[in-house]
Amino acid sequence: MATDSYRDLAANGLWNNNPVLVQGLGLCPLLAVTGSVVNALGLGLATTAVLTGSNIAISLARQQIPDAIRLPIFVIIIASFTSCIELLMNAYTFELYEILGLFIPLIVTNCVILGRADVCASRVRVFAAAFDGLMMGLGFTLVLVLLGSIRELLGTGALFNNMQLLLWPETANWTLRLVENYNGFLFAILPPGAFLVTGLLIAGKNLVTRYHEKRSVIRTESFE
Amino acid sequence: MTLINISSPHVASDGDAGSMMRLVLLATLPGLLMLTYWFGWGSLINIIWAVLLALVFETLSLLLRGRPVGFYLKDYSAVLTGVLLGLALPPLAPWWVTLVGVGFAIIIAKHFFGGLGHNPFNPAMVGYVVLLISFPVEMTSWVAPRDLVDGQPALLSFSESFFQIFPVLTQPLVDGYTMATALDLFKQHQGDLIHQSVGVRAAFGYFGAAGWEWVNLGYLVGGLFLLYRRVFTWHAPLGMLGALLLLSLIFHGLLNIDSIGSPLFHWFSGATMLGAFFIITDPVTSATSLKGRLLYGIAIGSLIFVIRSWGNYPDAVAFSVLLMNFAAPFLDYYTQPRSFGQAAIYARKEKD
Repeated sequence: MATDSYRDLAANGLWNNNPVLVQGLGLCPLLAVTGSVVNALGLGLATTAVLTGSNIAISLARQQIPDAIRLPIFVIIIASFTSCIELLMNAYTFELYEILGLFIPLIVTNCVILGRADVCASRVRVFAAAFDGLMMGLGFTLVLVLLGSIRELLGTGALFNNMQLLLWPETANWTLRLVENYNGFLFAILPPGAFLVTGLLIAGKNLVTRYHEKRSVIRTESFE
Repeated sequence: MTLINISSPHVASDGDAGSMMRLVLLATLPGLLMLTYWFGWGSLINIIWAVLLALVFETLSLLLRGRPVGFYLKDYSAVLTGVLLGLALPPLAPWWVTLVGVGFAIIIAKHFFGGLGHNPFNPAMVGYVVLLISFPVEMTSWVAPRDLVDGQPALLSFSESFFQIFPVLTQPLVDGYTMATALDLFKQHQGDLIHQSVGVRAAFGYFGAAGWEWVNLGYLVGGLFLLYRRVFTWHAPLGMLGALLLLSLIFHGLLNIDSIGSPLFHWFSGATMLGAFFIITDPVTSATSLKGRLLYGIAIGSLIFVIRSWGNYPDAVAFSVLLMNFAAPFLDYYTQPRSFGQAAIYARKEKD
């Protein structure tokens, strides 16, 4: 496959066809766990790992999967990868595993993963499928972390609380207290804050896209 | 000669949105007077601050949306939102609480949805609920009403109240003058029988909650004035007050559950009258058909009673109003009035 299409895959996953901002998929974990950066990053990376793994497996098996029952087979493959991730998190990041709770097994039902399996992984060769899974997962993680940081900042006045739950112990010092004596804005951490900030992010994405479209129109006109 | 097609109504009233809003503003005066008398200057300062903020946010939003600023400022809707939120806030709420509340009300609850006439939720109540769930401490610190506690210092003077709200140069002076409102007491002492509370605890007044009963009376007077001037119809307020009356009669009077307030107590404490005459009569966010308005009022009254009696929050006007704002379009859909000469919609549908 040419390099151009890899560039396309990356652009699609991260921006043009971003799973959250454009496709509106995977909103349930997005809204539920983005109260802080560490939760968001944890679930984002777990989802990325499952997505990449399931894309590879499905792409390898794509000649053997009968079309009529492809969805149950996809779900079984995704579920096995989710179980692996769940056990890994249970073993290595136990506290975060406790916090995220139900949302780790629920990765199985994340529409982003099933969507990529059907649209991409079952049609392309294994490297492209793996790269697509990675990029889509990173696009998902990026939005999750962005949302998590906005909500954590608004809600607590600090960033990167409790990073040691996911990363190595020294990252406990990463906490950035940006506002002293902050009163706490509970709204941002509660579910309505998630809906509101997600809406604002989508609006911001559309604004940027529209701005670029306008500029490219002007540029092509001036060339003519 | 061409005949111009003009749809009914053919008799235009001389009122417009602006004059309507000014009347409503005027009608809040008795309530505001009572609030100032019983709870000090804080409410007045809050309202002035909230109105200033509302005008600034409204102007900003209109500029960003490319709408004529002067035209929309003249409809006084932003002023009214500021006043209603200012009335609902605790008198000594710090300045940033009002800032956040008004910002949410005007920018997010009103202009995100398209400005006056397009907002599905009552802006003032959205602002209030956001504040209530975000800053529970600040939002439940109500000043003790005047002369209530023996040996309590008099209410704060104007300048003291001002520096309490805007702690410039100084630290906030004190926060020792607050006490639980009567509705709070009800929530915290669910096991008590009401006659153990009333008369013993100072928060209860002659017929409602101390101080609050007069504030509510003030709103009632203002509301009746608006009703007389036909700013709104009687359906929604009657529905809400009637539902509260009936439910508290059943549970307090008939079933004799003593830990639930009497009808008078429910009518004259908390935000009942403010809600009944100034919030649920908002023409934009309430149901529009007459039957719909009645149902809307009844549902809000029932929700208030249920949340006050068995819910987690002491008062519930804002939550009930927002919940029913969701339902208003459905109420309208199912209560479409029959146009003259037409069979009822359902009868006609069944025939088809």
